[in-house]
Amino acid sequence: MVQGMRQNSITQLGSFALNVVSDLGRMGLYLLRAVRGCFGRPFRFAEFLRQMNFIGVGSLVVIFFTAASTGMVLGLQGYYSLNKFGAEGMLGSAVALTLIMELGPVLTALMVAGRAGSAMCAELGIMRISEQLDALDCMAVDPFRYLISPKFLAALISVPLLTVVFDVVGIAGGYIAGVHLMGVSPGSYYDGMRSSVTNHDIWLGVVKSFVFGLLVVWICTGRGYFVHQIRGVGFGAQSVSKVTTQAVVFSSISVLVFDYLLTAVLL
Amino acid sequence: MSDIAIEFKDIDKAFMKGDGSRQVILDRVNFAIPAGKTTVIAGGSGQGKSVTLKLILGLMQPDAGQIFVAGNDCTGIRGRALAELRTRFGVLFQGAALFDSLTVFENVALPLRERTKGSEVKIKEQVLASLEQLELLGHEEKFPAQLSGGMKKRVGLARALQLKPEIMLFDEPTTGLDPVMTTEIYHLFARTQKQVGFTAVIVSHDIPKVFNLADQVIVLNNGVMDVFASPEAIQWSEKPHIKEFVKTTMGEIYQSHLVEP
Ligand SMILES: Nc1ncnc2c1ncn2[C@@H]1O[C@H](COP(=O)(O)OP(=O)(O)OP(=O)(O)O)[C@@H](O)[C@H]1O
Ligand SMILES: [Mg+2]
Repeated sequence: MVQGMRQNSITQLGSFALNVVSDLGRMGLYLLRAVRGCFGRPFRFAEFLRQMNFIGVGSLVVIFFTAASTGMVLGLQGYYSLNKFGAEGMLGSAVALTLIMELGPVLTALMVAGRAGSAMCAELGIMRISEQLDALDCMAVDPFRYLISPKFLAALISVPLLTVVFDVVGIAGGYIAGVHLMGVSPGSYYDGMRSSVTNHDIWLGVVKSFVFGLLVVWICTGRGYFVHQIRGVGFGAQSVSKVTTQAVVFSSISVLVFDYLLTAVLL
Repeated sequence: MSDIAIEFKDIDKAFMKGDGSRQVILDRVNFAIPAGKTTVIAGGSGQGKSVTLKLILGLMQPDAGQIFVAGNDCTGIRGRALAELRTRFGVLFQGAALFDSLTVFENVALPLRERTKGSEVKIKEQVLASLEQLELLGHEEKFPAQLSGGMKKRVGLARALQLKPEIMLFDEPTTGLDPVMTTEIYHLFARTQKQVGFTAVIVSHDIPKVFNLADQVIVLNNGVMDVFASPEAIQWSEKPHIKEFVKTTMGEIYQSHLVEP
């Protein structure tokens, strides 16, 4: 009896592991095909622009508000902490470094995952279950070049750009909170920022935002594309909704994990 | 070109059911589809007709056996070779599978835009002409969600016919259409086939009407396929399940010669 149960749980563990491995293998091949599709001719400029508009321009408002509130909170919070050491002069540098190296890339990626990633996942998932992807295949139209690679390109370009917007708006928010509300001198806010932020810090932020953009678009579109092969999510509309939730959760978690890894390696 | 377009050799296909048991769809099935002719596949709902078409297209893989297209073994091919193979096919899916973010016009134009180098003017001309044939003119700016079931079918049909492929696979082309439209579509098939000379495989429940088009009929029942060289040949079959099929689908009209005067 006990042995039977043990065997059963070992079998389950085995099949779980197999699932994970085949899932990873699939996603790896998927990434290769999507990247290769980016170099296919003719370049799909119209679809690329549509995706830039959707992922990039469409996310501006939410990025603006997140950045403004984050920056202002950082300004207040930073002032409160630094004031204890009489170091309000460091406020500009503290806000800028936190935003450029950490919060800008991470929060931008999370916002894009929630807003655009979920939509891309659902779009591909619905196309899969209604046989639209099969129909594309049967017309010998490569769904990667036609649908997926433009999303990859658009995400890889727009997530770093959105991150820059996030950083600028956030720093301005910190300025408003620190200088206008708490009375830090404007000069020290600027000078602190300019003297402490190095090229390496900016470079780290850019690398992060690029990697996060890739993670989000890869996981979100991949989950939708493979909705019919993912086990345990059910079928039809329900499978698309579950997989969309999964896509946002998985991509957010991997953004956070890679944030730590990249910081540890590149700092 | 060989005169056999598609051939199944000892094809097995089964699905795993939720409770772990196997549901056999095709059991060592053999058949050949002659090139340039029309083959009708008939059989009850859920017998595996759509699965058969998906096997031909490489959207599903058989558990055992070989599939030949124009004499080449195409079992399990993938990647570029599969894409190459599919350029020979035109497909109408059972659910039409229209791209729901594209308009009717864009749906029909898609294969032309993606696979030919024709000018936009020429494409427009051709698309509008085939929309007119299928009585869809005036609806070209609508989206699939704004169409009736029968209209979706017709748009899918227009899209499938654009590239004038060698082999046409139709999954229930006339389901959901009124009788007049159905006859209209069959005339269209006959006309286009005369022009283009394609091999047609039609899955249909529209029996006996669709038999007017058929050169060969395949009846699928419980994993077994019976091939008949002509629609008439079905009625002479001695097999009990075919007799039953003939009686239930074709009814008295076709049986009348058996009735004693
Ligand atoms: N992906 C799949 N997984 C499991 N079972 C499947 C799958 N696709 C089809 N089946 C099963 O295979 C059988 C045949 O399905 P198929 O769609 O080929 O039927 P059909 O002959 O086309 O019927 P209809 O005339 O109603 O369209 C059905 O019992 C169906 O449940
Ligand atoms: Mg079917």
